[in-house]
Amino acid sequence: MAAEDNKNQQALATDEEILTYVDHLIAECREKPGIVIPLLQITQKKYGYLPEPALRKISHELHIPYSEVAGIVGFYAYFSIQAKGKNVVRVCQGTACHVLGGNEVFAAVKKELKIDVGETTPDGQFSLAVGRCFGACGMAPVIMVNGEMIQQVKPSQIKRILRKYKK
Amino acid sequence: MNTFTVSKLQSVSELIQLRSRLLNEEEQAGLARKERILICMGGGCLASGARKLKDEFHKQLHHAHLHNSVEVKGIGCPGPCSHGPVVIIDSDKTLYQNVSPGDISEIIEQHIQNRQIVERLIFRDNTDGKSASSIADIEFFKRQTKIVLHNCGTVDPLSINDYISHNGYAALSKVLCGMTPETVIREIEKSGLRGRGGAGFPTSLKWSLASKSSSSQKYIICNADEGDPGAYMNRSELEGDPHSIIEGMAIGAFAIGANEGFVYVRAEYLLAVERLQNAINQTKEYGLLGDNILGSGFSFNLEIRMGSGAFVCGEETALIASIEGKRGEPRPRPPFPVQRGLWGKPTVINNVETFVNVPVILLNGGDRFASYGTQKSKGTKVFALAGSVRHSGLVEVPIGTTLRELIYNIGGGTVNDRPFKAALIGGSSGGCIPKEHLDVPLDYESLNELGAIMGSGGLIIIDETSCMVDVARFFFEFVTEESCGKCTPCRVGTKRILEILLRICDGEGKPGDIEKLIHLGEEIKRTSLCGLGQSAPNFVLSAIRYFRNEFEAHITRHCEAGVCFREKKFNDLEIQHSASTKD
Ligand SMILES: Cc1cc2nc3c(=O)[nH]c(=O)nc-3n(C[C@H](O)[C@H](O)[C@H](O)COP(=O)(O)O)c2cc1C
Ligand code: FES
Repeated sequence: MAAEDNKNQQALATDEEILTYVDHLIAECREKPGIVIPLLQITQKKYGYLPEPALRKISHELHIPYSEVAGIVGFYAYFSIQAKGKNVVRVCQGTACHVLGGNEVFAAVKKELKIDVGETTPDGQFSLAVGRCFGACGMAPVIMVNGEMIQQVKPSQIKRILRKYKK
Repeated sequence: MNTFTVSKLQSVSELIQLRSRLLNEEEQAGLARKERILICMGGGCLASGARKLKDEFHKQLHHAHLHNSVEVKGIGCPGPCSHGPVVIIDSDKTLYQNVSPGDISEIIEQHIQNRQIVERLIFRDNTDGKSASSIADIEFFKRQTKIVLHNCGTVDPLSINDYISHNGYAALSKVLCGMTPETVIREIEKSGLRGRGGAGFPTSLKWSLASKSSSSQKYIICNADEGDPGAYMNRSELEGDPHSIIEGMAIGAFAIGANEGFVYVRAEYLLAVERLQNAINQTKEYGLLGDNILGSGFSFNLEIRMGSGAFVCGEETALIASIEGKRGEPRPRPPFPVQRGLWGKPTVINNVETFVNVPVILLNGGDRFASYGTQKSKGTKVFALAGSVRHSGLVEVPIGTTLRELIYNIGGGTVNDRPFKAALIGGSSGGCIPKEHLDVPLDYESLNELGAIMGSGGLIIIDETSCMVDVARFFFEFVTEESCGKCTPCRVGTKRILEILLRICDGEGKPGDIEKLIHLGEEIKRTSLCGLGQSAPNFVLSAIRYFRNEFEAHITRHCEAGVCFREKKFNDLEIQHSASTKD
């Protein structure tokens, strides 16, 4: 889900902009119990990852020790503290996809992008991630590019699919 | 429809008035209308191009000057996802599959204008080559019983008016005007409804425990985390009929005395969240959520919280921790959430499908509901049929229906009629059911006897091209990755098992490995803190129980399915290593 909304913003945002954004977010919901996770989700959605200044700000404003915020970020697989490529490719590694050839699709994606999971291509175009079931098991195997679902993929189609996203 | 706006409804009679006004309008529209085209707007069909298809239908109907007499309506998922995009011609219930924009002119000219079915687009039903055009004659539909999914495929999930005109919020108004928490719970008890999240705990019992607590603050939570990697019933329910979930939760809140609720939805389900939020907004606008609902004095507020990609958060105590803004680690029970739940207050957690059953039960009576199913398990169950099966998608059958019926008569058999090997049911905490047990009735008790579980409804069919050892390793990678690390048996034990499985899949298995797997598995089950660890070894143990010969063959370096010992395994290893590092 990470980078789909604001593909180009992450590279442009300065620390100052990030802090203003987070400040504004917190102002609306400071009092709400348990709000720290939704705040992290919104911030991650905005920037594609969680910039450190944002985490420090959230920790400070909500009076939650930084170590605890970092602990939360570390626990949940969806949070990332590293900036991602312009396009995020997620390959489903759920059961239905696995039994219908998801591994071959995964291998084809890795071969095409020449990167491994968690990495970004040198030109900053693509990051690669895996997911455990996108809820499209009836249409397996499935990959997601920037939140857009591509179903019943064949390894031979990967090159063409990915080329579409490269700008 | 949707031609007028509504201000907050102040009473039950205003809701009834609104419904009859909507029905009236619908009747008028129906008279003026020549035909209605229903297009599935479920996530699957959308990804196969349903939105473009809908726009294109509009355009071409306009061209043919038919836009005033032919309505195009979006609907929730009617089920056969692998054949999407799916289009239904309402008057004769003809179902067209894999429809693309290029097919539209033919459908309009041939079917809408000349009443002739476009044969090449109709649903191919069964292995015996039969095909049928109408939903009423298609085995895939004919053999299902839709209670949970009764609105999916008819009601527009984006429209509260459409829901209301299909008797939506009638159950809530019935409850608010004249029922007490006790009578609501008694009706649920009569229905015999058991939780659909996996364990099958009686819903009335959970509600009654919470109801009896004297705490002034209680919570109700809908578990829409749907962690089983190969299941998507809840996703379709959220996308296809969000109002039923809201209505079921509001009734539950009334029964236990809660005024606040949360729906915890897994992170991947963006469309589901969008649809649910839309439904919540509409419901607030109509005064069916919020303060003093329909003038009854009962208030209920509902919020969505999203998961962040941790399977363990489907476990109820971990889910609560996550809503509280903490790491989603489970804690020992008791105390159970109904005693000490969210922020220490009594909390009821139920699965999405459990809630969807509630309005139906209250409207039609618990007895009617209890007439479906078996002696001990009442009602229906939705299964997400996937893997090697001809018609994969969502199906709903009375509990106790046999596996064979589901796979062969509804699902149309395996892909390319390859020999059936096993059904994987209940995900990693479940087990496998081999060919000899194809006639097992799908109910909680019968499945337990076979060492499997009902689970939440994930049902993946594999044929002889899949290797059981490989599948067991796959599930184990998943649980090892998802172990939250809090307790040692789960954290360390699962790693040991995975090491052995990887070794066997690499052709380096040793005599005695199988016994080691069984021993370790039993230990982990016995000593883990939460349900994740307690059920983590289930699949491996079940695979060994029915396919021990395959494990033995692997130890002598033979993989019948030809999946293991190939170059491919290096990729798998990479997945396993890299998946455990975060993206
Ligand atoms: C590891 C683990 C994952 C779970 N995941 C889910 C889930 O995704 N959805 C769900 O409804 N229940 C899940 N459960 C079961 C819940 O803890 C809880 O029993 C259920 O939500 C209760 O609802 P019900 O009574 O309506 O079934 C999970 C349990 C465990 C141990
Ligand atoms: S297993 Fe891949 S979408 Fe469900």
